Amino acid sequence: MATQSKTSNLKAAETQTTTIALRRPGQDTSRNAIILGIGLLIALAAPFVLYPVFVMKVLCFALFACAFNLLIGFAGLLSFGHAAFFGGAAYITAHSAKVWGLGPEVSILLGMGFSALLGLAFGALAIRRQGIYFAMITLALSQMVFFMALQLKFTGGEDGIQAVPRGHLFGVIDLNNSLSMYYFVLAVFLVGFAIVWRAVHSPFGQVLKAIRENEPRAVSLGYRTERYKLLAFVLSASLAGLAGGTKALVFQLASLTDVTWQMSGEVVLMTLLGGMGTLLGPVVGAAIVVTLESYLAATSMPVPVVIGAIFVVCVLVFRRGIVGELQARFGRR
Amino acid sequence: MLKTLLCGTALLALTAGAAHAQVSNNVIKIGVMNDRSGIYADLAGEGSAIAARLAAEEFGGKIAGAPIEIVVADHQNKADIAANTAREWIDAGNVDVIADVPNSAAALAVQGITKDKKRIFLMSGPGSTDLSGKSCSPYGFHWTYDNYAMAAGTARALVEQGKKNWFFITADYAFGHSLEDETTKMVKQLDGKVAGNVRHPLGTADFSSYLLQAQGSKADVIGLANAGGDATNAVKQASEFGITQSGQSLAGLLLFISDVNALGLQAAQGLLLTTGFYWDTDEQTREWTKKFEAKAGRKPTMVQAGVYSAVRHYLKAVEAVGSDDADKVSAKMRETTVSDMFTKNGKIAANGRMFHDMYLAQVKTPAESKGPWDYYKIVKTIPGEQAFLDPAKSGCPLVK
Repeated sequence: MATQSKTSNLKAAETQTTTIALRRPGQDTSRNAIILGIGLLIALAAPFVLYPVFVMKVLCFALFACAFNLLIGFAGLLSFGHAAFFGGAAYITAHSAKVWGLGPEVSILLGMGFSALLGLAFGALAIRRQGIYFAMITLALSQMVFFMALQLKFTGGEDGIQAVPRGHLFGVIDLNNSLSMYYFVLAVFLVGFAIVWRAVHSPFGQVLKAIRENEPRAVSLGYRTERYKLLAFVLSASLAGLAGGTKALVFQLASLTDVTWQMSGEVVLMTLLGGMGTLLGPVVGAAIVVTLESYLAATSMPVPVVIGAIFVVCVLVFRRGIVGELQARFGRR
Repeated sequence: MLKTLLCGTALLALTAGAAHAQVSNNVIKIGVMNDRSGIYADLAGEGSAIAARLAAEEFGGKIAGAPIEIVVADHQNKADIAANTAREWIDAGNVDVIADVPNSAAALAVQGITKDKKRIFLMSGPGSTDLSGKSCSPYGFHWTYDNYAMAAGTARALVEQGKKNWFFITADYAFGHSLEDETTKMVKQLDGKVAGNVRHPLGTADFSSYLLQAQGSKADVIGLANAGGDATNAVKQASEFGITQSGQSLAGLLLFISDVNALGLQAAQGLLLTTGFYWDTDEQTREWTKKFEAKAGRKPTMVQAGVYSAVRHYLKAVEAVGSDDADKVSAKMRETTVSDMFTKNGKIAANGRMFHDMYLAQVKTPAESKGPWDYYKIVKTIPGEQAFLDPAKSGCPLVK
């Protein structure tokens, strides 16, 4: 009798949290729409004000960080091997476009497909463990990809794959024009962002959050959490691949930088700086890190030291990240 | 009809006149791009910018009334940042020439951009032979050294000294393999032989098993076909094993004076390596080093001295042509002999390779050294024609 009431209480609580969680985005729709609208306008106008290649780089890293955030922010899985998906896809895309002469859209899709398969393999192994062990397994596997990229013939070792042609989108639009390339990258980013948004605001996303908060409880509610985690992992890996492949075409090169463990660290930094578990946080974080890297390059300040100091301040003063902190102050409740 | 023709000729004359003695945007802008915060900061870094400034000072800071301006950037060893900076410099910053750029992935990216956009690129920092080989450019000048010169120079000099039996400790990736291949070819060409080789992964900390194999091979020379941290780790541990003391020679195939400085003479003594420049070679180099040291607080590396030499040669060509038009300046640079404190009779080949003498150096013992940076004994001068790859064999499409 007592147990029964307890279960029903639990169930009631469960439905309650679910409704709250579901209602919250509904209430914020108008505010979100305004923020997104402003963001979109800025993105559309950006190449006329800022240097287009720079903005494209921001968008690629923003998508990469969003993909990573899907995993850590919503499923609570800290992957320390996302560079493998990002850089791996960059190599596949660059090789397809340069050596096989495929169009940009096919090359990017091939890169993304490769990352998805890699994500499936990594994920199947890694999700069996939790916490630090999960992170270590992903790190080890991504180091394997790094050494393969270093040694395989087609990657060009430390020279990378250079002079990758951007080609014509659908055989028609010349992507060598930096404006058309920009709007193509923006479209790719928006598609990726929409996928993340949809995933987070779906029953699937709710289950991921439930797993993040309390996995045994999600299991006891009858969810097969391994499958959800694996799917989230593959989704995140594919989107990271989408970002990496696009970046390879933007810069017309794929190099070892993109598969090193430092790159996995950089995406953690972007996500934490912007705000883990918020949709816009990774975008803001990526914009800040990329901007600092570019603009500090021309000053006499050592870039890693400055970025490191900012990170320390962020962790000490506003732990929720920039967007997380703003949300906690001005809205959402 | 006549009127149109007249106008046309007048216009033509006007543009021809304008092209003569003109400097774009009325400023000669030199962009020094390298690693200013990471592993190559000592080798290139701020020192390269100082070297470029010294070159500009020799022209009084201006040519044909146009001031010479020097801008710097830190590519953080990332090819994408290098590409982004180069594009922005050229498109928005009116940069006429880019100099240095260590790290071959970054240099190859910049080479592609300067080739497309017709800007001169003076490479002092990067070593990849592709830069004057299959990825050469009519505007690219490969100045100070390359991986082939460093490896083959050392090999030739040592084999000619009678050290014919070699053993390689090789970094197991494309770069290490190519260093080993080039050296092996040179050794075999001169009737030497290779006793064996062993490959280690990139970023190895413990070289003891590799060094034991090398010792056991009884080879005359142990060639280190690796670079950076791997090479310095190997040298340090070889000194603990007493390899040079026991009669075997240790040859670094890609080591710089900044590596020797980091290692210290105790560990590095007896090591053989090739260098494109040593500050204590003659009166001229010492004099220039004094000027450099007053600003940098240390002696120059070969990469920094190379930046000075390349920028100076570029500015001389601009002065002679009276314009910073990349095609004209590039042609002038190629037809003029390079003569300064860095080299006496440097010649630029069709593939952009600057041929100059290289030096085989042996690192001094702590007892021989008189003070900081007194590190090398020059064992042998390697003439330019022997030091570098024959342009006809470089694979550069510009060589006919």
